[in-house]
Amino acid sequence: MKLIRTGKAGTLESSDVMITVKNNPANKIEINLQSIVEKQFGRHIRSFVEAVLEEMEVTSAIVDIDDRSALDCVIRARLETALYRAAGITVFRWEAIR
Amino acid sequence: MPSNAAGREIPSKIAGLDLVKPFEGAFVNTPLVRKQKGSRTLPRLNKLMESLEQAILNSELKDGMTISFHHHLRNGDMVLNMVMDVIANLGIKNLTVASSSLTTAHEPLIRHIKNGVVTRLVTSGLRDKLADEISHGLMDIPVMFHSHGGRARMIESGEMKIDVAFLGVPSCDVYGNANGYSGPSACGSLGYAMVDAVHASKVILVTDNLVEYPNTPFSIHQDQVDSIVQVDQIGDPEGISAGALRMTRNPRDILIAQYATHVIEHSGYMEDGFSLQTGSGSISLAVTNFLRDVMIRKKYTASFALGGITGSIVGLHEEGLIKRLLDVQSFDMEAIRSIAENRYHTEIDASYYANPHNKGCATNKINVVILSAMEIDTSFNVNVLTGSDGVIRGASGGHSDTAIGSGISIIVAPLFRGRTATVVDRVQTIITPGETVDVLVTDHGVAVNPKRQDIYDRLKTKHLPIYTIEQLQKKAEKVTGRPEPVKFEKRVVGVVEYRDGTILDVIHQVKD
Amino acid sequence: MKLRRTMLYVPGNNPNMVKDAHIYRSDSVMFDLEDSVSVNEKDSARFLIFQALRCIDYENTETVVRINGLNTPFGADDVEAMVRARPHVIRLPKTETAEDIRQVDSLISKVEKKAGIEEGSIKLFAAIENARGVVNAYQIALSSPRLVGIAFGAEDFVTNLNTQRSKEGLELFTARQEILMASRAAGLHAIDTVFADVNDDEGFRREVELIKSMGFDGKSVINPRQVSIVHEIYTPTFEQIHSARKILRAIEKAEREGSGVAAVDGRMIDKPIVERARRTLELAQLSGIYLDEIEEEESDAQ
Repeated sequence: MKLIRTGKAGTLESSDVMITVKNNPANKIEINLQSIVEKQFGRHIRSFVEAVLEEMEVTSAIVDIDDRSALDCVIRARLETALYRAAGITVFRWEAIR
Repeated sequence: MPSNAAGREIPSKIAGLDLVKPFEGAFVNTPLVRKQKGSRTLPRLNKLMESLEQAILNSELKDGMTISFHHHLRNGDMVLNMVMDVIANLGIKNLTVASSSLTTAHEPLIRHIKNGVVTRLVTSGLRDKLADEISHGLMDIPVMFHSHGGRARMIESGEMKIDVAFLGVPSCDVYGNANGYSGPSACGSLGYAMVDAVHASKVILVTDNLVEYPNTPFSIHQDQVDSIVQVDQIGDPEGISAGALRMTRNPRDILIAQYATHVIEHSGYMEDGFSLQTGSGSISLAVTNFLRDVMIRKKYTASFALGGITGSIVGLHEEGLIKRLLDVQSFDMEAIRSIAENRYHTEIDASYYANPHNKGCATNKINVVILSAMEIDTSFNVNVLTGSDGVIRGASGGHSDTAIGSGISIIVAPLFRGRTATVVDRVQTIITPGETVDVLVTDHGVAVNPKRQDIYDRLKTKHLPIYTIEQLQKKAEKVTGRPEPVKFEKRVVGVVEYRDGTILDVIHQVKD
Repeated sequence: MKLRRTMLYVPGNNPNMVKDAHIYRSDSVMFDLEDSVSVNEKDSARFLIFQALRCIDYENTETVVRINGLNTPFGADDVEAMVRARPHVIRLPKTETAEDIRQVDSLISKVEKKAGIEEGSIKLFAAIENARGVVNAYQIALSSPRLVGIAFGAEDFVTNLNTQRSKEGLELFTARQEILMASRAAGLHAIDTVFADVNDDEGFRREVELIKSMGFDGKSVINPRQVSIVHEIYTPTFEQIHSARKILRAIEKAEREGSGVAAVDGRMIDKPIVERARRTLELAQLSGIYLDEIEEEESDAQ
């Protein structure tokens, strides 16, 4: 999946997460995480996001995450939404999404 | 036989007296009395000092001493910061500050700690930046955390000697009679301050509202007070008390409150004449409202409410549903109004409230108490002091005092907040030991301490979602995922004293 | 008997409510992708509900998703995603004709097949929200084997009728009756409309009592606080339960004695009365009343 513009999804409400993705000129994955549960889940969130990016076949991206203690499924949903928006794709590949 | 100063012959030995001290003159041995009677041009007798500085110099405060404050002015307190600034300017160092609790308003203490003015803290709680810095190792000597009852115990027993108490009082006369329920900075009950006033070596009152003598009815007595300083403002009314607290609309809080009310109703502890203590949290307020409906339906009245008194409780009292109110801290404007006007809304001091070693404190007589929790573990131990990240952010307060004394102690909390589970394997810090905690009520279900089979038997057929606490912990973990254990340094930054003076737990410095 | 006394609306783009909507113990939760989600966030909500249904254990609560209509740019994608997410039921808003149901039914079948899901496993609910739908109610009710119930949506309906909602609800009377009639004739559940004023407990109770006595199986609710009120009203009272048990005991006695005719309190018991009594006891049990406790009470009293 190639990101052609900036895609943003989610809110700053409690239990939600705001994710912004855009292409990375350095052609790799860069994750910037700000989370209110950094100590307890920071490492997990980073590797979780990396795994989803891999699944979605995204190899170049800058991912800015402002996490308000969202559950994994919420993070995944917001990330996928942001990616599709950034890729300008409106036909979703539901089979690929686990 | 020699004569005394009144010209009377007094034998040098008298049966029943160890020592005979002959009269030396009316004015000789009574230092506080005017030296000249009757003059109408003399200034009226008073204890007013020109300034805080003068009062402090007068108190002979020295390096290494212990000073105390109260937290009845809550987030609006200006007294502690004001006093500490003057003390720092005077070059006094190495003080122990014993404030009944510390709030958001006390961030400036950080500077005084860094400058060596303050080297030890004894308090019920710490918040925000001050708490964060201490968690990260700001102080060499660990903070001593106590419960409300524990503080009263350590002061009354002499374990902690207060050299100088600086007590902000909303209303005061020139000789030291003070109360908390009148004036622009009114805060209601002065329960914590009253203990200091009795036992501190020196007592300095700080007021922004000097009134006519005698200021009766009073909470702090003139005979306890050394000096008085008048300042422009002792506290910010916005931060001192809330306006009328409205019941929450949050459906989650309401759900928990409904379950809790149901538990109380069927616990066996709710009957005509029962007593209760609820808090000021939004769930507690909702429980108070729902209990009202049950009490009306069953035609029960409560014999008394203890607290931590809020306007909701006052409302129930004024409706005739609660007979008496015992108040160690008034949370809002309604409670302040009530304590000022109503003789059956009685101010009590912290020792009467919860000192476990006096002749019987109020928390011993409570039937039902509603408490909160940041964390609770599978042994029912409760943490209200540190977050799940190990950082200090709350207060011990009256939690452990009321949990033990009550017939049934009920913890109300959501099962998880965001993805931070409330029910865990092991709490970061124990404030209240699990053997005193009876029931946990969450939005996902209710757990009863196995030690309380009697309560479980009464609740099991009442349509409550009852689980074991292990089941609730697993439920929470399934949803949130397992958090990484927090890393700590070896250094101890906080010591948790149980109400009886023994050490319950320690807090380590967090590793970043 | 399946209980659908309460269907709790949950806005589809709100993680805080979505993550544990089942704690309010409604019989069903309805995740909404339609009216409560703004046009710009339709994709967000779809992804969120998709993930939520896959990952969160909603325990015994029936999961329902209200998709956007197939005549909107979002409906087809909603079906593609939601079928794979496997809620129990998909609810189609603004259903006007039997053809509307047939269309969504066949789309669901297509996706079930693509995704390797057993065909027919996802059920349908039709929401009727205007006059055309009401008039076609029976046809709609018969249109698909997936259909398990019809819900009434009064807000759009009264706008369509050029009137507004009143306290007494006379303007809704025919629509309610028609939907009820159609549902019963086709063997489906009938769910009444939302009561919007969350502060008017009295008014809410009155409306629930009304639709219950009309015969509705339940009500859509928008606030968790309304759930327990509906359940309380739908739960048989002890008097009703005692009465029902008395009736069944009389029938059993008559059968044992081969008399063929039974009477209770001087009144003859015929088939409809027995059926109602059985329903009452089943409903009581499902509502969580401990019938063995009542047995104990009764034998103590005797």
